[in-house]
Amino acid sequence: MPIVPLAQELDPLVLSQWQFGLTTIYHFLFVPITLGMVWLTAGFQTAWLRTGNVDHLRLTHFFGKLFLINFAIGVATGIVQEFQFGMNWSDYSRFVGDVFGAPLAFEGLIAFFFEATFIGLWIFGWNRLSPKLHLLTIYMVALGTMASAYFILAANAFMQNPVGFAINEARERAELTDIGAVLTNPVLLASFPHTMFASVMVAGAVVVGVAAWHLKRAQHTTMMYTALRVGLWSVIGGGMLTFITGDMVSIAMVAAQPMKMAAAEAMYDTSSGYDASFSLFSLGTPDGEHEIFSVRVPYLLALLSTHDPLGTVEGINDLEAEYTALWGPDDYTPIIWVTYWSFRWMMGLGFLAFAIAIVGLWLTRKRRIEQPRWVWNVAIWSLPLPLLGMTVGWIFTEMGRQPWLVFSQMRTEDGVSPGVSGGEVLTSLLAFTTIYAILGVIEFRLMQRAAQRGPAEAPELDESGRPAQPVTVY
Amino acid sequence: MDLPLIWFLVIGFMFVMYFVLDGFDFGVGMSLPILGRSETDRRRIINAIGPVWDLNETWLIVAGASLFAAFPEWYATMFSGFFLALLVLLLGLIARAVSFEFRHQRDSARWRAGWDACIVAGSVIPALLWGIAFANVAQGVPMEPHQGGALVTGSLLTLLNPYGLLGGLTMLALCLAHGAIFLSLKTDGDLKARAHRLADRALLTTTGLAVVFLLWTVIQNPAPLVIVLAALAAITCLAAWMLNRVERDGWAFASTAATVVLAVSTLFGSLLTRAGGPFVMPASDPEGGFVGLTVANASSSAYTLEVMSWAALVCLPLVLAYQAWTYWVFRRRVTAAAVEVLH
Repeated sequence: MPIVPLAQELDPLVLSQWQFGLTTIYHFLFVPITLGMVWLTAGFQTAWLRTGNVDHLRLTHFFGKLFLINFAIGVATGIVQEFQFGMNWSDYSRFVGDVFGAPLAFEGLIAFFFEATFIGLWIFGWNRLSPKLHLLTIYMVALGTMASAYFILAANAFMQNPVGFAINEARERAELTDIGAVLTNPVLLASFPHTMFASVMVAGAVVVGVAAWHLKRAQHTTMMYTALRVGLWSVIGGGMLTFITGDMVSIAMVAAQPMKMAAAEAMYDTSSGYDASFSLFSLGTPDGEHEIFSVRVPYLLALLSTHDPLGTVEGINDLEAEYTALWGPDDYTPIIWVTYWSFRWMMGLGFLAFAIAIVGLWLTRKRRIEQPRWVWNVAIWSLPLPLLGMTVGWIFTEMGRQPWLVFSQMRTEDGVSPGVSGGEVLTSLLAFTTIYAILGVIEFRLMQRAAQRGPAEAPELDESGRPAQPVTVY
Repeated sequence: MDLPLIWFLVIGFMFVMYFVLDGFDFGVGMSLPILGRSETDRRRIINAIGPVWDLNETWLIVAGASLFAAFPEWYATMFSGFFLALLVLLLGLIARAVSFEFRHQRDSARWRAGWDACIVAGSVIPALLWGIAFANVAQGVPMEPHQGGALVTGSLLTLLNPYGLLGGLTMLALCLAHGAIFLSLKTDGDLKARAHRLADRALLTTTGLAVVFLLWTVIQNPAPLVIVLAALAAITCLAAWMLNRVERDGWAFASTAATVVLAVSTLFGSLLTRAGGPFVMPASDPEGGFVGLTVANASSSAYTLEVMSWAALVCLPLVLAYQAWTYWVFRRRVTAAAVEVLH
């Protein structure tokens, strides 16, 4: 598959792949922040109601504001995601709509309505609802975002590991036979908690980075120390659970898509036990032919794939032979350098953020907020690590699925819209790239400004505990 | 029970809800440069829809996803067939969505003017393009058979035919009128008076456009259902104009809402009653056995529709209840004092 889109003359397939990849990665920069930050914001607001400590209310508004700036772009770019299945991948939509559409419709009916309604109530309802009812609205938003993640991951899990369907030969399409199976797909049951906990890590790192920026300048120290500790614990707690659920994901992946694991390790020959090693680093071309140097941990790949250090892991060559026998001659191997490195970067960035948080927790124990500048700088610059890790994790998941669009059922090249020209897709690709780039710059500046400005004064409260005046007015 | 037909009606209901609710958001957005003479006025206009525009827009996302699930062929054919139109529409919706949140982040006249322009563009473009798109669907689109389904053969210019354009302009004017009346309900004083006058002119224009458009629709498919719906749409539109004149704002708003419901229903009714149907997307150039996409040949399997029906049956009443409650919470008028407390 060509990597540079213009290498092939306006091929709608390659352009559509680039568009889907870019718009999805972009959209998913905002999603995990939303998924995680809503819980942290809800946590601060709960702490305020329980303790009456006005600092917690200020933190709620402060991180709530960052959450909302981020949420706006998430909403705006989310519509593109739903539309482009039909616009760019119409043959895919025809083929799987009967199965794949249902979780998307559930997502809309159950999750999106919930989220969109209660976010409005939360933003504008501070002085209209009783404090307890108002607190309930942010938890409703949190539940909505979580349900949304569940259903969209159910749709994605179907592409990785299609279950609960049968092929209708007459209508040339996949049809749903068991909605329960689709909603309890083993890949989904692992990837949903994995995504949720990784999002907690992402949001925790954002809170840590912002708090460290203020602590470095010795401003808002009491509040920011609280935020820092909450953020560090989120990275650590979220991180540990991310690692545990990540292990569940890899077991489910090996069962459903053994090729993806082989491609993650660039392992060509089936190996077991000592030989099923995991390379931490490899120099040279990781295509198995010219390895110059590598650092390998014996048994580890077997352990990761099978939970048995002596287990057997199938290699690319054997899988190619097996798949050729099943579905005819083709290239069933994903782009190895992408899967190999994205798998390592995902884990590496996750572990790095986790390790930094552990050290940070120790250094700042018992209110030790006088730290050398480099400590705060490390904390600030660690802000994007979990987010980057999550992004490359999704690149691994989706690129590792190739050449399949729906594993074993439909190839990516067969899903693209037949009636849409390369010129049209180039137009949309350029339009989205341009708009997204502009919005990205604006978004980053707004977030940075709001974060650096620090928490606003707490609003005056009336006798019922509500702010006397609205907190947000557009 | 004929599940595909029921789902055709459910999706019709979702789009109707979308146009009634986001329709006034579009109108409010369009009226921003006309009514918003001062920054306070502009903020009152935006805050009138601030808490609700997002949940209104969500009806589109849910309608789209339900279309995907219940009529995959319709979703695939329409969305890929209207590629460039939908691209422009998406860019408009993106611009509007971020503007509400970004606009108030900086205290600068230039900054706000830029986002105001985005709100206007993001209101005009979707209203116009949805009108064009649905008029074309009702009229029939050039198509050829493809894998048991269909493929749109025309280009963007095919959509811009006289009937389609008239549909777009009607929707645009109707949304503007609907939004202006909404503002007269949600504001007071001078702004309210100007909203009245804008609604008056917009409703006159709408009535003119709508009568021609609805007549044209009736001529294309003179089924009794279409005639009744079209006539009622024209009557409610005229009623809205009169009610607005006598300043019965609540009733005027109910009338424009009814006009939106009935006009969109006229198009869905035309699909329903067209000979050889009920259709979801008829071919304008039927050839041999190929007539386009019908409710029967574009729908999902019975099992999928059954699952979807249970989900809709449980969720939609709840959705309507908590959305109604939201409107109740934010029922107060947006006065100048209300927006001046902050900033």
